Amino acid sequence: MNAAYQFVTGPLAWAAWGIFLLGSAYRLISMYQLAKAKDPTAIAYMSWHFSLRSIINWLIPFNALGWRKSPAMTIATFAFHACLFLTPIFLVAHVLLWDQAFGVSYATIPDGAADIMTLVVIAACLYFAGRRLVQPEVRYITTPQDWLALIIVLAPFLTGFLAYHQAIDYDAMIILHVVAGEIMLAAIPFTRLSHMVFAVFTRAYMGSEFGGVRHARDW
Amino acid sequence: MGIADRLIEDVGLRRGVSRLTPEIIEKTVNAVISGETGARLKAYAETCMRCGLCAQACHFSLSHPGDPSYTPAGKVQQTMSVLLKTGGRVDPDFIYGMAQLAYTECNLCRRCVHYCPIGIDTGYIMSTVRRICHKLGVTPQYIQDTAHSHSATFNQMWVKDDEWTDTLMWQEDEARDEFPDIRIPLDKEGADIYYSVIAPEPKFRTQLIYQAAAIMHMAGVDWTMPSEPGWDNSDMCMFTGDFEMMGRLKRKHFESAQKLKVKRIVMGECGHAFRSIYDMGNRAVGWKMPPVPVIHSIEFFWELMQQGKIKLVKKYPGPVTVHDPCNVVRGRGLHEKLRELVNFLVEGGIVETASNREHNLCCTAGGGVINCGPPFKNVRVAGSKAKAEELRATGVKTIVAPCHNCHGGLEDTVHSYKLGMEIKFLGDIIYECMEKPEV
Ligand code: SF4
Ligand code: SF4
Repeated sequence: MNAAYQFVTGPLAWAAWGIFLLGSAYRLISMYQLAKAKDPTAIAYMSWHFSLRSIINWLIPFNALGWRKSPAMTIATFAFHACLFLTPIFLVAHVLLWDQAFGVSYATIPDGAADIMTLVVIAACLYFAGRRLVQPEVRYITTPQDWLALIIVLAPFLTGFLAYHQAIDYDAMIILHVVAGEIMLAAIPFTRLSHMVFAVFTRAYMGSEFGGVRHARDW
Repeated sequence: MGIADRLIEDVGLRRGVSRLTPEIIEKTVNAVISGETGARLKAYAETCMRCGLCAQACHFSLSHPGDPSYTPAGKVQQTMSVLLKTGGRVDPDFIYGMAQLAYTECNLCRRCVHYCPIGIDTGYIMSTVRRICHKLGVTPQYIQDTAHSHSATFNQMWVKDDEWTDTLMWQEDEARDEFPDIRIPLDKEGADIYYSVIAPEPKFRTQLIYQAAAIMHMAGVDWTMPSEPGWDNSDMCMFTGDFEMMGRLKRKHFESAQKLKVKRIVMGECGHAFRSIYDMGNRAVGWKMPPVPVIHSIEFFWELMQQGKIKLVKKYPGPVTVHDPCNVVRGRGLHEKLRELVNFLVEGGIVETASNREHNLCCTAGGGVINCGPPFKNVRVAGSKAKAEELRATGVKTIVAPCHNCHGGLEDTVHSYKLGMEIKFLGDIIYECMEKPEV
């Protein structure tokens, strides 16, 4: 068991981070080159000011028309994304791992709060899954890719929760948890999760067109 | 549920599809996708989270509640997503449905932009689908006829060169009863304003040229109209996907203005033409911004109002509601100027529709949809149910709509849903209420 744990937190972790970082860089660079070659009439209009204006306005809950018209989804998606990022980064156990490996340490969130945040992520995933099954307009456009992305994100939180509460075999669960987290990282550049890398640019482009050319809000 | 269940017979689509083979389709689809699209389409296809938030944006889906095949992402799902997934290996029947959907069930109005957190431009995706249809020769007959007219005459309505100047002189002549020294100055070099219209004006809405001349005359504007092709700024080629022709049209238009060394182009109350000269057509010929400054009538009339050059003898009896044309509101942010102007012209103010300004609901005629003609009229009117309900809720009798396409569409909407409302151009109201000489 110990050897397996060593492996998943050692070489496998390096591999996952490597795939995530290099993969994202590769995707970004190749997308940029494609844009330069093929979308000159789009990138000519990119503007920092209007990009940021659009991004900031969309980051405020209930600010954009789309958010206002779907309040449940707005709450779910904001809570989901916030907890999705904050929990793994500031979890005590994760910070300890950074400390052991590289001697870096930083602020943490109390385990009780992390537990609730994990539940928020799980609940949001279930809500998203429910929409995909029940809401006709979402069901109609859902593809296997979307389920895959949802499962990839759910897995580390579910296994983490079960491991923390030692519900089932802890040793096995913690290894599953680490692997699930690593799969999530490595999947970011190559699945729907790539919106983490690209959405900021699609948003920025829309903001630049609307702000700079069309003199209208895009939120 | 989907486009295959609601196919409509159209001669243009049918004949186009009859010439297709799977090989032609695959080759053409890939030529457009790899040759003409890039990171934008790729990023949109990949990062659309299939969240369905855009469903509530589109008047087509609002007007067909419970039918997801009318939602923005649902429309992409039935068209571009299939092309990308299959690498263009689809059969001719698929192309029929795809063309019908892209040309008649999306107005390219971009309202969905306000609903998509990712910033996906469904209008761009549907334009690209149309581009493929154009290259395949599968376009609705009516709109293709106007595109042919553009290619042959540089105007949308087969107006002959002599008919054009004839019409202007006729309107000048008519107007002399009311304004004895009025002129419609042709080809005046160095004029402040080059006034451009779309071909439906000389063809069947000549009173708009009359009114514009009257307003220019009374405001003392130094203006001109060109006598040669280039005068029509409309652009159905932009909507059929004939981007080569879109470029030629805009080049002709701007060069005609440059030749006359005018200071600015003012265009009549048209939305799609504005999109073409200000946003799309200029890019097609490599102008980042129009090479001659272009302003829409809303802004021009607003300027005249600011300068005190519109003198009213009365105000138009209101209250009225305002219909915001997508292409000058989401396309140019003219909504506040439009309201200031309407408030100046109207007694009783504006009663807003529930969705207004940048968030307006489209008239369902734009994007070339009304130009696809009678076969698709019922679909269009059914799609404007949401708009009709918003209009009815205002309880007013007058809609001010500064756009030709919107007029055409709203007339059908008002009629079909028995709204009992009249639809006015700004020019109609200004002309009716302005000071005129004692004759
Ligand atoms: S009609 Fe307008 S809102 Fe509907 S999909 Fe097309 S661009 Fe979007
Ligand atoms: S709102 Fe945007 S991301 Fe969501 S389904 Fe519509 S186009 Fe896709």
